[in-house]
Amino acid sequence: MSVFEGFRFRHVTSPIHRLDPRVKFLYVLAMFVVTIFFTEFLPLLVLFFLQLPFVFVAGVKREWLRSLRGAIFLVTLIFVFNFVFGYLYRSTYTTGAALLEYSLAMSLRFLVLVESFSVFFLTTSPDHLSLALEQSRVPYEFTFAFTTAVRFVPVLAEEAQTIMDAQKARGLELERGNFLKRVRNYIPILIPLIVSAIRRSLELAEAMESRAWGATPKRTNLYVLKMKRGDFVLLALSIVLLAIGVYVRYFVSIPPLSLFLPPLPF
Amino acid sequence: MIEVKDIYFTYPTGVEALKGVPLTIGDGEFVAIMGQNGAGKTTLVKHFNGLLKPAKGEVLVDSVSTRDVSVAKLARKVGFVFQNPDHQLFSETVEEEIAFALRNFGFEEATIEKRVTWALNLLDLTEYRKTSPFMLSGGERKRVALASVLAWDPKVVILDEPTIGQDHRQKENLRQFIVQLNGQGKTVVVVTHDVEFVAECNPRVVLMSEGKIVADGEAKKILTDTALTLAASIVPPQITQIFLGLTDFGFSYDVIDVSEAKKILLDYFEEAKR
Repeated sequence: MSVFEGFRFRHVTSPIHRLDPRVKFLYVLAMFVVTIFFTEFLPLLVLFFLQLPFVFVAGVKREWLRSLRGAIFLVTLIFVFNFVFGYLYRSTYTTGAALLEYSLAMSLRFLVLVESFSVFFLTTSPDHLSLALEQSRVPYEFTFAFTTAVRFVPVLAEEAQTIMDAQKARGLELERGNFLKRVRNYIPILIPLIVSAIRRSLELAEAMESRAWGATPKRTNLYVLKMKRGDFVLLALSIVLLAIGVYVRYFVSIPPLSLFLPPLPF
Repeated sequence: MIEVKDIYFTYPTGVEALKGVPLTIGDGEFVAIMGQNGAGKTTLVKHFNGLLKPAKGEVLVDSVSTRDVSVAKLARKVGFVFQNPDHQLFSETVEEEIAFALRNFGFEEATIEKRVTWALNLLDLTEYRKTSPFMLSGGERKRVALASVLAWDPKVVILDEPTIGQDHRQKENLRQFIVQLNGQGKTVVVVTHDVEFVAECNPRVVLMSEGKIVADGEAKKILTDTALTLAASIVPPQITQIFLGLTDFGFSYDVIDVSEAKKILLDYFEEAKR
């Protein structure tokens, strides 16, 4: 569950936390698009380090590191898959070094995506997020569903832990057997989890109905989002990032990593 | 025998749940662990089958440290019935649900068949053998969960809040059932808030507060100690409260058993008549 830890909001204040969530989301989107542009190692490395100031200013280093650690398994998987299949289906002119760089780049790309989304969720409260959605004219039903989903992630994680304990107490060994057996070992965990999630959502719906949910068609808010100077700066930054991304993609040839390194033996 | 050697435990969230708990539970004992919410009761019993490992100190089950064996191995000896049956039910039929643990422990098919029939009969569930556990009522689901643990005949049975959501009759059935289990030589550990239930069962009571054991002894001694019950946020049994109100008439209030109370009162009236 450590991956979720890296996405869980905690109430602290920092300049990053105070930014308008809409602009922050725009920045993450720009980041996402630029990251998807590149399959080369060097620009992705630059993008990776570009996030660090945000992390430090927001003071979420520990949680952020935890989210990265949580992603390590998938990162390794991506590397191995790219490398193995790249090797099996390589064309005659791909060198080992290029393949290695490509696999590394793909892993790094995933890491950059995880890190930017993690920073976003770590520094944006669910309430802010729903406010942003509402003010972007998203119907309140969707907004509410979204925030509820976000809010229930930790609850579900805790419940999954209890269920795991209950089944372990009945002799279930999750780590036993081959790959397929291990996947099947999770059935006794997943079924109670899903059943209780459905049951809980029905109960939640009833509780909401009994508290007059949707009684007034037009809702007002206590807090209203307003763009401040910092928000415009970030907005400008996002646009510049996007522009540079497009420029580099189409007009600059990116040197391979092997130029700077001694040749590999394969 | 379960020996808890001065254990400490802190949750990853930073909550210090156990702050030095020593406890020995002998074979065949019947122990109720009581205390207010967050006292560390469930945390403590989760150490008995190795679901949690102590940060400091150790827990020995029949002289084996829970650190050295897997939960699955320990579970064979220490059966744990969770508070909410919905956290464990997943099979298509009640029969399959009960057989699940038996399969995990590697019993033979013929034995499994026999044990399942036995457990269904024991908890009066035979008619639901082929029913989906999700179709049953709350009380019935709780019984299925209990049956699924008792089926493998563990030496120690831990019940976490068994009386929650049970009506009076089910509670009484449960009480008789637990007493019977204990009579057959099983060690029974019950985690509960239910003072009346404990008063009727009359087990050894371990009272916890803020991660520590504050009292340990006979139910009668602990439940009638007003200073202790106040400190641990529990209310003495109703029958004790009656006698607390009658101290002016010279009654002593260390009574938790209704039939004992009745006898005392009748004796008093007899005396008064004469």
